[in-house]
Amino acid sequence: MLEIRNLVVKIADEDKQIINGLNLTVNDGEVAAIMGPNGSGKSTLSYVIAGKEDYEVLDGEILLNGENVLEMEADARAAAGIFLAFQYPLEIPGVATMTFLKAAMNAQRKARGEAELLTPDFIKRVNSAADALSIDKAMLRRPLNVGFSGGEKKRMEILQMALLSPSMCILDETDSGLDIDALRIVAEGVNALRDKSRGFLVITHYQRLLDHIVPDTVHVMSKGRIVKTGGKELALELEKSGYAAYAEAA
Amino acid sequence: MAIVTPLKTAAEQALSQQFANVKAELPGTLPVRKLREDAFAGFEAKGLPHRRLESWRYTDLRGLLREAKPLATAARVTPAITARLAALPFDGVRLVLVDGAFTPELSTLEGLPEGVNVQPLTEALVSTREDLARILSGPSIADSDTGLMLNTALMRDGVFVEITEGTELAAPIAIVSLASGEEETAIFHRSVVLAAKGVKATIVEVSESTGPKASQINGAIVFETGDESDVQHLRLVTRQVPETVQVQSLLATIGAHAKFESFALVCKAATLRQQYFVKYAGEHSEIGLRGVNLLGGAEHSDVTLVMDHAVPHGVSRELFKNIIGGEATGVFQGKVIVRPHAQKTDGGMKSNTLLLNDGASMFNKPELEIFADDVVCGHGATVAQMDGEQLFYLMARGLPRPQAEALVLQAFAGEAVEFVADEALRAFVMAEIEAWLSLREASSVVSAV
Repeated sequence: MLEIRNLVVKIADEDKQIINGLNLTVNDGEVAAIMGPNGSGKSTLSYVIAGKEDYEVLDGEILLNGENVLEMEADARAAAGIFLAFQYPLEIPGVATMTFLKAAMNAQRKARGEAELLTPDFIKRVNSAADALSIDKAMLRRPLNVGFSGGEKKRMEILQMALLSPSMCILDETDSGLDIDALRIVAEGVNALRDKSRGFLVITHYQRLLDHIVPDTVHVMSKGRIVKTGGKELALELEKSGYAAYAEAA
Repeated sequence: MAIVTPLKTAAEQALSQQFANVKAELPGTLPVRKLREDAFAGFEAKGLPHRRLESWRYTDLRGLLREAKPLATAARVTPAITARLAALPFDGVRLVLVDGAFTPELSTLEGLPEGVNVQPLTEALVSTREDLARILSGPSIADSDTGLMLNTALMRDGVFVEITEGTELAAPIAIVSLASGEEETAIFHRSVVLAAKGVKATIVEVSESTGPKASQINGAIVFETGDESDVQHLRLVTRQVPETVQVQSLLATIGAHAKFESFALVCKAATLRQQYFVKYAGEHSEIGLRGVNLLGGAEHSDVTLVMDHAVPHGVSRELFKNIIGGEATGVFQGKVIVRPHAQKTDGGMKSNTLLLNDGASMFNKPELEIFADDVVCGHGATVAQMDGEQLFYLMARGLPRPQAEALVLQAFAGEAVEFVADEALRAFVMAEIEAWLSLREASSVVSAV
């Protein structure tokens, strides 16, 4: 379970406050969507949860299963179960995707005091997850994300999510840059991971993604706060009325 | 008008005295003696290279050599030397220099592959071959370098390797030069590799000190390769005692339709100046000079190269990857000359640097001197920090910071290492890089505690 209490965040090197007393709870098994206009602080929220250093938390706490993660570095948060699917996955030249996947899986296992994966077991897991997401095996031998199309990068994010098996998944505008087919594959990948022990926080501008990944709750974010919370019908409502009303409410 | 007589430093005076003392006993026929005398006269006229000399601008040898150490005169084979040789992984022919002196009892001279002849340089220098002085001199672009002049004047030993026409070697030939460090000495050695037409060979050049004391090392290697040859050169300078000051010159003259590829791995090398003087003697050849410099502490690594496209249709590539931490300094000076008739030259030069912290520095100076009008030549130099976004991405997947950094750095260096053609050597180089990175990883964990 993810609980965010009275979170206040500014950009580290600037005097610019982005999150202004945000409260949010995502229960195990829940898919929560956050919608909101550009500049409302959605991506910042995802980075702050994952542990990016460019921000300064002025107040509040972020608890994962009751434990405050704000003191942890990003790698410790990942090992604790947080996974951020990036809006723009980074290209890492010279690092083969397979090498990276193995390093990531084993680093998390090591942090949790588990034994390293044996190679045959690792390869079996990767192959089966790749098949489920229609990822070409040749891609796994290429340097991570280098030269991948937008759709390939997003599928690679979901592949990592499947392999790392986190308890709290954050999807930052996973639908951006995807065509209809890619969107469907990615959404199916996410839906396959829905589980009563796993929470999802799905950040998006558009209702479109939520047709495929149907949320349990929808939160509207504006000016760094949650200004309205409802069921999945709230997303449809927003699609019609836009965000203008909430910008004023905030 | 006043005549300005430059004041000689203590080291310069000592070198003059040393040369006067030993020139009669240094090996060489008359032409070799003349070569030595001329080189030393050239050195005396100019003195030790200093920062006002453009080609030595960032490595002030005059300042670095406060004194000239006594010349090493014999090999001191210590237990540390024997142990280090036993640990070196290279199969095949091994030619060992200890304190600059060829040491046959540590070398593998029996069972040399067919087509390979090896002579100690001391013997070659007194041989009657007429082209000796020409071979030793290398390409003319090297003539004015005072660091090399000193080597020419004072070279005592080395190996002279001849590989006959059409010979294809399965295993590398390793020329291993170890400084015993029993005493502080100055070591001057030179080796020669003559690869005739159609030769395929890999030459590994190792330069290390087993300590404890630091040496002044001035080494040179001369390559002359024939038409249609394919010669790979791998230099490893990875274990020098701190305070070591080393100048390592490479002279190469490459035949037509040939390949010459040189890769240098530098880490824990104290103060090192590598200089390359490479000339195309025939058309349609491809030359690559590449390397990785891993620097920390107060280390200093200077790569200065001159690539002489003296004929048309030459392809040259230079790629140096530098990872610099601590208070270390990296230098890259690359000069590509395209002579007036050297049309259709294709040259590409790159120096890429990652600075790990504030105290680290890098100096880049690319120079293109193009006198032909139908050529493609480019150069690029980058100096950057590690990409914080990449690191966050890797950490967000669970990699602890040191491991994430090591992965990014390894990949950065790997782009140059992939040009080491021999698979076993390539793996060896990568393993050396990983070892350096993991030491760095371990020390960063300590500093974080």
